[in-house]
Amino acid sequence: MKKSRFDSRRISQRTAFTFLALAAVISITPVIFIIIYTITKGAGAITWDFITQFPSQAGKAGGILPAIIGTFYLMFGTLLFSLPVGVLAGIYLTEYARDNWLTRLINLAIVNLAGVPSIVFGLFGLSVFVLAFHFGLSLLAASLTLAAQALAMVITTSREAILAVPREYREGSLAIGVTRWQTVRNIVLPQAMPGIITGAVLAISRAAGETAPILVVGAAFLLPGLPHSPLDQFMALPYHLYTVAAHVPNMPETTMWGVALVLLIVVLSFDVLAAAIRIKTRQRKT
Amino acid sequence: MRQENTAPTAAGISRLGLGRRLRLGERVIEGWILLAGLLAIIVLLGIVFILVKEGLPIFAHTPPWEFLFGTSWYPVSDPPTFGIAPFFVATLMITLIATAVAVPIGVACAAYLSEVAPRRVSEAAKPVIELLAGIPSVMMGFIGLALLSPFVQSLFNLNTGLCGLTAAIMLSMMSLPIIVSVSEDALRAVPQEFKEASYALGATKWETVWHVCIPSALSGIAAAVMLGVGRAIGETMTVLMVAGGALAVPVSPTDPMTTMTAAIASGIGNAVRGGLQYQAVFAVGLILFILTLAVNIIAERVLERQKRKFAR
Repeated sequence: MKKSRFDSRRISQRTAFTFLALAAVISITPVIFIIIYTITKGAGAITWDFITQFPSQAGKAGGILPAIIGTFYLMFGTLLFSLPVGVLAGIYLTEYARDNWLTRLINLAIVNLAGVPSIVFGLFGLSVFVLAFHFGLSLLAASLTLAAQALAMVITTSREAILAVPREYREGSLAIGVTRWQTVRNIVLPQAMPGIITGAVLAISRAAGETAPILVVGAAFLLPGLPHSPLDQFMALPYHLYTVAAHVPNMPETTMWGVALVLLIVVLSFDVLAAAIRIKTRQRKT
Repeated sequence: MRQENTAPTAAGISRLGLGRRLRLGERVIEGWILLAGLLAIIVLLGIVFILVKEGLPIFAHTPPWEFLFGTSWYPVSDPPTFGIAPFFVATLMITLIATAVAVPIGVACAAYLSEVAPRRVSEAAKPVIELLAGIPSVMMGFIGLALLSPFVQSLFNLNTGLCGLTAAIMLSMMSLPIIVSVSEDALRAVPQEFKEASYALGATKWETVWHVCIPSALSGIAAAVMLGVGRAIGETMTVLMVAGGALAVPVSPTDPMTTMTAAIASGIGNAVRGGLQYQAVFAVGLILFILTLAVNIIAERVLERQKRKFAR
């Protein structure tokens, strides 16, 4: 009697753990499937011409060079407008801010900023950068919009990276008469740099894949040339994928998967880069 | 925050007579630092201000009650009508289904990774699941469009596979990573003593997970669910591409539908600045913003409580 009860408990444990493991498998499968499937379907489309030529016939033929270039411009613009202020904000929160209502308010704002839907950032960018600042539908407006969206992430990662710098480093510097800002610049920031860079890389990887905001603030489907100034309109990979997949009839399948694959490579390679930096610095520290 | 005691030292040293130029430079840079610190507040308030300024005027045309509960959205007919009930119901339906699918799988996965799996397995699995969060939403939309919608269409014998259900399944995958990682953190935070006490009473590992770990981590899991919900409500590209885009109030999950986010994305393109449709789209944005803000604040509160629970 006693033994059988033990057995039933063991069976229920085994069943339960099987289900838990199954859930883990289900959670891991989509990403692996998506990556492998996109590679097998899209690899055929990727030729030298595909990544170096302008599109023709409404994107059905030719290449996607302007979309690739546009996406790199956007990543650069996002970095330019979000990294310096994000790092300064991180410095403020760790080195200068006292534990008062203002700091709590800032932290609350950061958390909630991170949860604002991307399309709402698009509306914000449209109203402020495109219309009020007269930047028009442009690379500049889109970069600023994506930077506003990236801000929360850059601040959070910078803050964590700076907080992780041991306090003794600062005290040593301050003790020999160095001012607070010089301590931050010469001692704290170099130590925190790998963490800050990891956050920045993640932020631009997200900016590269973001579609909804640039849909509102200036991405174009087909343009005759590359953008010559920040005030020009631009093409971008995610927007290109959206249009060829959802709006162009009779789109060749390989081309769609080709665009998807290029987008995936750009986005995920930056994700992997961020992970590599994180692992490397962790190894160095231990 | 942690530097109060060092501040007087630094100030004292600069008073001792380092060059005036240096002190001025330091003042300037510290001013910039303060400004940057305030930027998150400025941007968030800026968003609120813009949404209110551009969106509120629509209520002069359509009273709030009609705007929220009106069932027809015909922005270009004469006279135009702006009722967002179809979008609201679609958002609610898709979010509920996505959450109902993602939560059990996500929590079970988190329980497996934190309590059952060997350390090496869970350390290998975590980055892979995080990678899922890195896949752009337009890519998920494309996958839904190309692969899932034909499958859903034939499975339910529908006219089109582009419907709420397809969108919800894609969204459930997209909210999975955050549910897994936040729940896993919550489960790992359960003190070892709780588990040991349970084992000492003769409970099996599974009984401990089910009766001790999960109940103890419940508030963290609740926060994970809220964060997943917030993500699903705000997601745009996927639903724009696969939810079908119909403007009627959806009755069944297999109906084509338009969520609030998709309504903004598809409505803003042909809206004239300051026109009624422009105002209406911003008002939808305002409601969406309030919704996600509420969800995030609840999640944050719950998470704080969870942290305090085991903090010693």
